Amino acid sequence: MSGLTYHIADNALEIKLEGDCGNFDNPSLAAELYALLSGGKILYLKIDGTSLTGWNAALSALSYGLSAAAERRNIKIETVRLPEDFERMRQLALAVHPHRPDKTVKALSFLERTGAGGLDVFKAVVKGGDFLAECLAALGRWIVGRAVMRRIDFWFALENASYRAVPIVALVSFMVGLILAFVGSIQLRNFGAQIYVASLVSIGMTRIMGAIMAGIIMSGRTGASYAATIGSMQANEEVDALKTMGIPPLDFLVLPRLLSLMITMPFLTILSDFSGIFGGMAVGVFMLGIPFEEYWRYSVDALGLSNFLVGLFHGWVYGIIIALCGCYYGIFSGRNADGVGKATTMAVVSSIVWMIVVTGGLTWFFSVVEI
Amino acid sequence: MKKQEAIIEAQNLTVAYGDNVLLKNVNFTVNRGDVFVIMGASGGGKSSLLRVLTGLMPPAEGRILIGGKDFTAADENTKKEIMRHCGILYQGGALFSSMTLAENAALPLQQYTHYSPQAIREIADFKLALTGLAGFGDFYPSEISGGMKKRAGLARALALDPEILYFDEPSAGLDPISSRLLDDLIKDINDITGATIVVVSHELASIFAIGTNAIFLDAETKSITGYGSPQELLKNPPNDKIYEFLTRGAKHVR
Repeated sequence: MSGLTYHIADNALEIKLEGDCGNFDNPSLAAELYALLSGGKILYLKIDGTSLTGWNAALSALSYGLSAAAERRNIKIETVRLPEDFERMRQLALAVHPHRPDKTVKALSFLERTGAGGLDVFKAVVKGGDFLAECLAALGRWIVGRAVMRRIDFWFALENASYRAVPIVALVSFMVGLILAFVGSIQLRNFGAQIYVASLVSIGMTRIMGAIMAGIIMSGRTGASYAATIGSMQANEEVDALKTMGIPPLDFLVLPRLLSLMITMPFLTILSDFSGIFGGMAVGVFMLGIPFEEYWRYSVDALGLSNFLVGLFHGWVYGIIIALCGCYYGIFSGRNADGVGKATTMAVVSSIVWMIVVTGGLTWFFSVVEI
Repeated sequence: MKKQEAIIEAQNLTVAYGDNVLLKNVNFTVNRGDVFVIMGASGGGKSSLLRVLTGLMPPAEGRILIGGKDFTAADENTKKEIMRHCGILYQGGALFSSMTLAENAALPLQQYTHYSPQAIREIADFKLALTGLAGFGDFYPSEISGGMKKRAGLARALALDPEILYFDEPSAGLDPISSRLLDDLIKDINDITGATIVVVSHELASIFAIGTNAIFLDAETKSITGYGSPQELLKNPPNDKIYEFLTRGAKHVR
C-alpha cells in the first residue's frame, strides 16, 4: 500500500505516509486536511513516515503546508521517522516565520472610493498641468540659451522623426487617399460626377486627413519609442542620475524630442497630403478613367491655401501632443518591464485621444472664425 | 574515498563575442554535488562562460557535456530536456514583473509538470518558504527588496528540484547578513538535495564559505590559471594574481 491516509482520534489528526508516493497529487485530500486543521477541533498533528520510501515535490509541499497551517493555529506537531532529506526540507521551509500581511488598511466604502477616484483624477490633471508648465519653462530656457540640451541628441531625434518616417507616412497616406477616392467614387458615380473625386481627395487630405494620418503614424512610431526609451531610462535610474547631477530631465530628454517633432510634423503633413492626393489620383486615372490632366486640374483647383494651412497647423499641434504624451508617460513610467510596457501603451492611446479632442476644439474654432 | 562523477565537462571551450575572444581553449570538470565557483576579476569572462554553460550563447569552439550528453551539439528538444534539470538564478532575480512571486515560482511547474493547479500553488509556496519568503506569495516583484527578489528568483530556480543550479553573482548588491543567509541557503540546498551548484562570484567571503571547488579565469591569458578548492588555492597559490585576488590585493611573498 502506498499513499497518504489519515485518521482522527480524540483531538489528534494522524497522517500516515506509506510506500512510494512519487506520483502523489491529491488536491481534494489536501483540501480535507486543511479544512480539518482550520476547523478548530484538532489540537495535535502527527505525521508518520515510517514506511515512506519515495516522494515528490507535491508531497513535500503538502507536509510543509500542513505543518505551517498547524503552527499558525498553535497545533502541536509531531513527526515520526520521516526520511532525513524530506524532514530537513520541511524544517528548512518552516525555519522562517511566514510574513503576515498588514491588516491596518481597511476596505473603503463606495462614497470613499468615489471620492478617492475624483481626487485621483484631480491629481492627474495637476500632474499633467505641472508637466506642461515645466515643458514651457524648458522651452523658455532653450530660447534664452540656458537649457541643458545636447545638440547631438536633438540631431538624433530630428533624424529619427524626419526622413526615417518618410516611407511609412507616404505609404499609409497613399493607401488612405486611394481608399478615400475609391469609396467616394462609388457614390459620385451614381450622379455621373466621378471627376469630383479629385476635389474630394484633395480637400479631405489637405484640410485634415493628411495631418491625422501623419499624427497617428508618428504617435505609434515615434511617440511610443519616446515612452519606451525614457521609461527604460527611468527603470535604469538614468533619470534619477540626471536629477542628482542637477540636470533638468525635461531639458535633457524632452526638449530635443519636442523640438524635433515640432519641426518635422508640418513637413510630414505635407508629405501625407500629397501622398494621399497621388493615391486618389491612382484610382481616378487607372480605375475611373479620368484623364490625368483633368484630374490634376480639379485637384489643384480644389486646393485652397486656407485648407492647406489649417492642415499644417493641425500637424504642428499633433507633433507637440505626440512628443508631450510620449515623454510624459516615459518620465512617469514604472520602474520595471511591465511599467515601461504600460507607459508605451498609454503614450500612444492618450496621444491619439488628445489629437481627436484637440481636433474637435480646433474645428469649432476655425468654423467660428470662418477659415 | 567516494568516486567523483563528472556532471559538467567543458572541453577546449573558446568563448568569444565575434572577434573579441574572452576565453581560449579552457577545460574543466564539475563533479556531481560540488559547489563550483567560477571566479576572476571583472571582465574576465565569468558571466559569459555562464551564458555558454546555460546555453544562452554558443561557444566559439569546443563543447560542453552535461551528464555525459553533448549539450553544445544537442538539438533544441534535447537542450530543453537537459535544461529542465537545471535552475538558474540571475543577478537581479529576473522575476517577471507582471506576475506575483508564487506565479513566478509556479511557471516552470506549469511548463514542465502535470501537477494539479492546487499542488503547483502548494509547491510554489513551499519553494518560497524554503528561501525564507513564506507569506510573500501574493506580492509582486516591485513590492519587495533586492535581496528578496534574489531569493524569489532562487525559489523559481528550485521549482523543478534541479540537479544543477547556476548562480550569477548571488551576493552582488546584498548586505553582509543577507549575503551570509543566501550562502547558508546555497549550502543547505546543496547538502539536502545533493544538487550541483555552479556559482559565478568575486565575493571572497562567499567563495570561501560555499566553494568546494573553483576555477580562476585570467583576463590577460584568457585561460584558467587556478583550479582547486578556494582554500587550497589560497594556501598554495599557482600564481601571484590568484593570491592577490583571494587576499584582496595583498602582495604574495615567496
